[in-house]
Amino acid sequence: MTSPLLSITSLSKSVPGGRVLFRGLDLALAPGEFVAVTGESGVGKSTLLNLVAGLDLPDSGTVTFDGVALGDLGEDGRTRLRRDRIGFVFQAFHVLPHLSLAQNVSLPLMLQRRPAREAADQGRRMLDLVGLGDRGDDYPNQLSGGELQRVAIARALVHRPALILADEPTGNLDAETAARVLDLFAAHVREAGAATLLVTHSKVAAACADRTVKLTPAGLVGNDAG
Amino acid sequence: MPAEALPTGVLRWMILGEWRAHPARVALGALAIAVGVALGFAVHLINTSALSEFSRAIAAVNGDADLQVRAVSARGFDEQLYPRVARLAGVAAVSPVVELTADLGGGPGDRLTLIGLDVLRAAAATPSLVGRGPAEVRFDEGSLFLSDAALRAGGHRVGDTVEVAAGGRPQPFRIVGDLPAAPDGQRIGVIDIAAAQWRFDRVGRLNRLDLKLAEGADPGAVRAAVSALLPPDAEIASPDSEVRQTDNLSRAYRVNLDMLALVALLTGAFLIYSAQSLSVARRRPQFALLQVLGADRRTILIQVLLESVAVGLLGAGLGLAIGLGLAQAALSLFGGDLGGGFFGNVRRPALTFSPGAAAVFGGLGLASALLGGLAPARQAVGAPPAVALKNLGDAVDPRRTPPLVPALGLLVAGALCALLPPVGGLPLFGYVSIALILGGGIAGVPWLARALLSPAQRLAPGAPSLRLALNRLWGAPSQAAVALCGIVASTSLMIAMAVMVTSFRSSVDDWLLQVFPADIYLTYRGDGDGFDEPVRRAMTAAPGVAGIAFLRTTSLRLSAERPPPALVARPDPGGSLPLVGGRASGPPPGLTPVWLSEPAARIYGHRPGDRLLLPLVDPATDKATTAFVMGVWRDYARQQGSIVLEQADYVRLTGDRLVNEAAVDLDPGAAPGAVVARLRAALPERLAGRTLITESRALRALSLRIFDRSFAITYLLEAIAILVGLAGVTATMSAQTLARIKEFGMLRHVGVLRRQIAAMLAAEGALLGAVGGVAGIGLGLAMSQVLIHVVNPQSFHWTMETHLPLSLFAGVAGALIGVSAIAALMTGRRAISQAAVDAVREDW
Repeated sequence: MTSPLLSITSLSKSVPGGRVLFRGLDLALAPGEFVAVTGESGVGKSTLLNLVAGLDLPDSGTVTFDGVALGDLGEDGRTRLRRDRIGFVFQAFHVLPHLSLAQNVSLPLMLQRRPAREAADQGRRMLDLVGLGDRGDDYPNQLSGGELQRVAIARALVHRPALILADEPTGNLDAETAARVLDLFAAHVREAGAATLLVTHSKVAAACADRTVKLTPAGLVGNDAG
Repeated sequence: MPAEALPTGVLRWMILGEWRAHPARVALGALAIAVGVALGFAVHLINTSALSEFSRAIAAVNGDADLQVRAVSARGFDEQLYPRVARLAGVAAVSPVVELTADLGGGPGDRLTLIGLDVLRAAAATPSLVGRGPAEVRFDEGSLFLSDAALRAGGHRVGDTVEVAAGGRPQPFRIVGDLPAAPDGQRIGVIDIAAAQWRFDRVGRLNRLDLKLAEGADPGAVRAAVSALLPPDAEIASPDSEVRQTDNLSRAYRVNLDMLALVALLTGAFLIYSAQSLSVARRRPQFALLQVLGADRRTILIQVLLESVAVGLLGAGLGLAIGLGLAQAALSLFGGDLGGGFFGNVRRPALTFSPGAAAVFGGLGLASALLGGLAPARQAVGAPPAVALKNLGDAVDPRRTPPLVPALGLLVAGALCALLPPVGGLPLFGYVSIALILGGGIAGVPWLARALLSPAQRLAPGAPSLRLALNRLWGAPSQAAVALCGIVASTSLMIAMAVMVTSFRSSVDDWLLQVFPADIYLTYRGDGDGFDEPVRRAMTAAPGVAGIAFLRTTSLRLSAERPPPALVARPDPGGSLPLVGGRASGPPPGLTPVWLSEPAARIYGHRPGDRLLLPLVDPATDKATTAFVMGVWRDYARQQGSIVLEQADYVRLTGDRLVNEAAVDLDPGAAPGAVVARLRAALPERLAGRTLITESRALRALSLRIFDRSFAITYLLEAIAILVGLAGVTATMSAQTLARIKEFGMLRHVGVLRRQIAAMLAAEGALLGAVGGVAGIGLGLAMSQVLIHVVNPQSFHWTMETHLPLSLFAGVAGALIGVSAIAALMTGRRAISQAAVDAVREDW
């Protein structure tokens, strides 16, 4: 096996009240690998994503991204890592209502200070890929939930990240739309060669992954490749 | 209550829950309303108290007559009128009166109103003016009755002999008794009418006839019969005319203060609007849920309106309490005129509570709150519940250009209102115009924000934080308007007042230079005396004096309902007065040329070339004098107006050769201080103590100091309005930051640094402040023109030129940008917290 892109070792985290969410958690993701994380509500799936993204710090254990421990990076370093190497897809889409679809998609490129023209072109290309090529000048209030999530997927991929973190990306969609969006999502992350960590309740969504692990307070279950 | 309506318990729970969650916003809305109510109520209470004190003072001097005949000038009228009025049918008793301003014991601080009357006649017509004392001295011509206040003021006692000076003539009188019916605090003296006429050079002249009507007599008929007998120098008046005159005079000043109270109320209404708008936007899914659960739209509407009403009640109650305290404090600190100087020497009035006014101002506060809550309440039920329940965010379409037509409509309506005439002497349409311009301006803020930000947005600056900030404000200009409406309201009104006051002050400054061109001014401050020929010669001969122009200033009553304008006799009025507008050529033969001040011209409706009947008997025709208006001149000194005529014409018409003012030009190189001393030495003792000698520079400085003092309260009120407005910006921004927390969380996810988010918020705040500054200053300028060209001429009858306080504009714009940026940063702490990161999750 090639050296993992993401490596989680002995990770523990408790909530401010003191309740332990999980303890001694280990996980590794190879480049381009697609892993689904399932688990009951409140078990800490989203917290796990925060820790992987460097948005929160563990009580103990380490998260290593491409050989660099996030804890050693400092906050600005972690932010830059997210900006350059990670893409996000959220359950509630989170597109900005006051930006056009093309602007929303090119937001990560803008944050990397790419030239405006290049960012816009690339944004439109990404929109084209998710089937919204002719809607670049539209605004989010004109879109359906499925379309909004396609915009969010385009935004997650536009800067060619090495890792995609997806939190329940089909949770707000009907089954049919969810299936279409999921296919699109899986196809694009694979095509882009990005590793993916997908948190979901949905068995259908989890089925798209190369492997599925279940998060429990005792750690990850079914972590056969871990 | 409709079947679908929510039980009151649920309503209470919903409202209290909202309040518990955002107590600061509720408090701020209530505070703004409270400030408005407090100001309006306090100004009203202070004025009512002062006016009632003033009317007590007037009543004390007038006694309890049913009707009065009054002289139009201090020279009085011929006493032959008295028997003719006394013989009229319907008149039960007439008491002739000589009224003088006198000094007791010599010092000007011991001033009192001295009334000469016939005790027997007064007992029938005005018994309250009859003194209490031994019967044997009551008719003695050396007897003086003093009111309690007059006795106490000079430390006098019954039995003392005192010197009473009036018209420059000191005369000894013995205090024989007091005036039990005189109200507390009123300094009045009563002497025999014959003594008043003989000793003070008033033989054959009277100032007043007090009439008691026969029982059952028709007052209208008696009035008409008396009017038919009156010579030009007397007029008929009811005893409360003077109170009404002062009320008229101070009314405009009061209206200006009331306007400031309305500023605060409007700011409050806008703050409630912005707080409620945000709260409604945030709770839209909650309202949708209630509707889905079976509550009807009306219930939701009522819930939101009730929230506003509750804030309004809180604010109004607080405002009334503060207003009461403020009025009490102001009365004891500044007296009844708030620095306006309308009530003369009336003592400090006691607070008079007025439940009617409390209801009116409380009601206004409540109405403002309701007004502010109306639009958000309609928004709350505007969206279909199914859509609102999804909470997909505001239905913003940034491509839609914000509408300009409603704003333009309001602005045009405001401009049209400014062209309308006053109502009952008040510039009501001027105020309506200001309100419409304010409403139009605020309705136009989204459009303005878009217009101002478009060029910057097209430039697409490199810094991501600035680009995000620009995109957000450009894309959601209505939200910017919600944040800005309170501060735009308070800033624009503050700028309008500041431009008006600066223009007024600069115009007064220019005017002072024009009307006081000489080096030294002398004014004799007393009645019936002045600089006679020998005194004038002595003054002219004083070393260092190059030339002296002598003036005679007195007053002339033109209408019983209006305070008498000043009558000024001076050499060369046409060449020396600061004329405004056109001037007539002339005058036609036989007419007396006069120059009216702006207030006189406006109050009495005359223009250059008009004829005007003066109540001065022309010896050539033995009839009232017909004057010809040569021109209108600027006079800020006398709000009641002034009429200027040639000295020679004045002497011809009145026979009065005295002068009581002098303007002295100095020899080159003469020291003003030394000349002042020599002029004082040239005055006889009876005049020296009463003559004010001032260098013109000091006079100008003093005038401007008085001006600043009378506007001090407006500066204070403006500052309060601005502070409340700024607090509103902070509160609104904090609410908007809270509402946008998921946006910040997403930005953190995609790699925006904390400090970039802070920079973005600061940039948003600064841009917002800049838009607010442009809107506030622009609107303020427009409204200032209404104040300068409509409200002031209609209330005070004078005009002024616009002067712009540019440094204030820069200061206000800078402060707005700075404070908004800081406020945005302060509220942004949440935006960069872990809570923002967590907020993007729909599920834990």
